[in-house]
Amino acid sequence: MAAVYMDNNATTKVDPAVLDEMLPYFSELYGNPSSMHTFGGQVGRKISEARERVAAAFGCTPGEVLFNACGTEGDNTAIRSALASQPEKRHLITTRVEHPAVLNVVKHLEKKGGYEATYLGVDVEGRLDLDELRDAIRPDTALVSVMFANNETGVVFPIQEVAEIAKERGVLVHTDAVQVLGKVPFDLKTLPVDFLAVSGHKVHAPKGVGALFVRKGTQFRPFMMGGHQEHGRRAGTENTTGIIGLGKACEIAMGNIGHENSVVRAMRDRLEKGLLAAVPDARVNGTTESRLPNTTNISFQYVEGEAILLMMDAFGICASSGSACTSGSLEPSHVLRALGVPFTYAHGSIRFSLSRFNTEADVDLVLNELPKIISRLREISPFKRTEGEAPACTC
Amino acid sequence: MWEYTDKVREHFINPKNVGEIADANAVGEVGSLACGDALKLFLKVDENDRIVDAKFQTFGCASAIASSSALTEMIKGKTVDEALAVSNQDIAEFLGGLPKEKMHCSVMGKEALEAAVANLRGQPVAPHQEGEVVCECFGVTDETIRRAIAENNLSSVEEITDYTKAGGGCGKCLDKLADLLAEAKGQKKVLKPLEIVKPAGLTNLQRMKLVSKIIDEEISPSLQQDGGNIELVDVEGKRVLVQLRGACSSCKSSQLTLKQFVEKRLRDAVEPDLIVEEVR
Ligand code: FES
Repeated sequence: MAAVYMDNNATTKVDPAVLDEMLPYFSELYGNPSSMHTFGGQVGRKISEARERVAAAFGCTPGEVLFNACGTEGDNTAIRSALASQPEKRHLITTRVEHPAVLNVVKHLEKKGGYEATYLGVDVEGRLDLDELRDAIRPDTALVSVMFANNETGVVFPIQEVAEIAKERGVLVHTDAVQVLGKVPFDLKTLPVDFLAVSGHKVHAPKGVGALFVRKGTQFRPFMMGGHQEHGRRAGTENTTGIIGLGKACEIAMGNIGHENSVVRAMRDRLEKGLLAAVPDARVNGTTESRLPNTTNISFQYVEGEAILLMMDAFGICASSGSACTSGSLEPSHVLRALGVPFTYAHGSIRFSLSRFNTEADVDLVLNELPKIISRLREISPFKRTEGEAPACTC
Repeated sequence: MWEYTDKVREHFINPKNVGEIADANAVGEVGSLACGDALKLFLKVDENDRIVDAKFQTFGCASAIASSSALTEMIKGKTVDEALAVSNQDIAEFLGGLPKEKMHCSVMGKEALEAAVANLRGQPVAPHQEGEVVCECFGVTDETIRRAIAENNLSSVEEITDYTKAGGGCGKCLDKLADLLAEAKGQKKVLKPLEIVKPAGLTNLQRMKLVSKIIDEEISPSLQQDGGNIELVDVEGKRVLVQLRGACSSCKSSQLTLKQFVEKRLRDAVEPDLIVEEVR
């Protein structure tokens, strides 16, 4: 049974064209790009080409692109570098809904590094309050780190305004842009952030490669020290095939932004509307106004997310859940809690994240099977709405 | 994704005995929507105390649904007392095992059964629900935790969380869980010695107060951990008169306790020339 894969915010399929471009560099062209000989040099040139492709997607210069292993590394590097370059500043600002790649670093810095952090909240629709950001900035604020779009709800933050507010006060800005590449256009010539992190495997490149934009002139403190690779900013022999794959994936992604925002968006909308129409007591988490074109996060009251996922798995449908039971934790996702999604809904939340590899038939299958799954689970559940009655507890 | 056995999957996809029993004579309810899992168990018990029918409704993950289904299968046809002998371990074993993080689902099954039996017998609550709430996030009492430790031979705080959910939220109760674990394992809590600022040259009243504080807050709780106790009878000048109680009173080494522990500590904390004497 072919999988109906709708978990692209977790990871994506490597595009066959990306794989084709990478393959020779596993076998015939395996030279070390740092070597002096022609054999390595040709690999080095290919890496330069990849850097140019990434820079073109970002709207920056190739020298501002730093290849690394993943989005997490990019986030960690940016945050630590920003703080290390301004030792006199001890405060940083982030949001309550960041990915753990940011949240856990900030918490660690608070606990062990003697830093103070402000966590910006979000409203019920998952939106930031820019006034809260304005008020939070202090003379000793070293960094504002706000994600570009949320991985769970798909809500896109007004990163242009966030960056402008911070820059007006001379504060460095980092954004985790892992979810937006290829989905939301941005241009670093006009978007005044200092650091921006992306990850290859979210954009149809392989796992284990990422890129960090570091604006020219921004003081930088390397996270990895060793050889002179990446101009001494990230030591370690390059993941050449990964980098080549990321370059190609960026090129394809740029050409596909229109498709993401028309075809993929339309499939997502059909899925969302269809589910809301077919299943009572369901709701979308996060604003529908400013959202990634591929993501919908829907909560089904009275049922539990893991149970839904497992039943969908029987039909080969892959999605993910913000329910507690899918993780080792016993509380539902920090993002849904930050939005104030009631527990009764939060436990039964499912995230569908589509890609250009999805088809209308995939959407049909989910629309066909999921409402039946929900009603089966609701039959088992002791909590249910009796006809005509208002929904039970929404604590 | 969790590694589930085929049996768990089977009982999740095709659960047995789902639904309500209209004329049930026992209903047990545990868990809540906020906690993320809940189970309502219906029993039909005949005049010979035999469970002739059992059904359930569960809100929760695959393990919760499978555990409920397994429980109803296991207890149908048993007498109430036989059913009560089914442990949460038995439920997990019936399913070929559960991931350790999901053991609380089997505990929920056991608790629902006890709640239903209490309901059948007209008792207000199942015994485990008594006690003081230790974990506020999940409303877990000290009694539930003590029981989970004893019945499942738990040896770490993480295991307590796996089996009861206590400690799985804000984490505020983790210290208390560690204390309960230490208590259950018969280990002594490490009592922090009180920090006493000794005034130079004590008056009788000051000495009395200080001795009494050290005995009440430090020495007595420590002896209690071994089933004994101590009581201050009087302080006459430098003589501290005490009575040993409980296990200490009959203990062969009580004189040792008195000199090596009580007197030594009081000398350190109050005055170096105090003498502790036992009055019988
Ligand atoms: S009080 Fe126990 S986890 Fe919060």
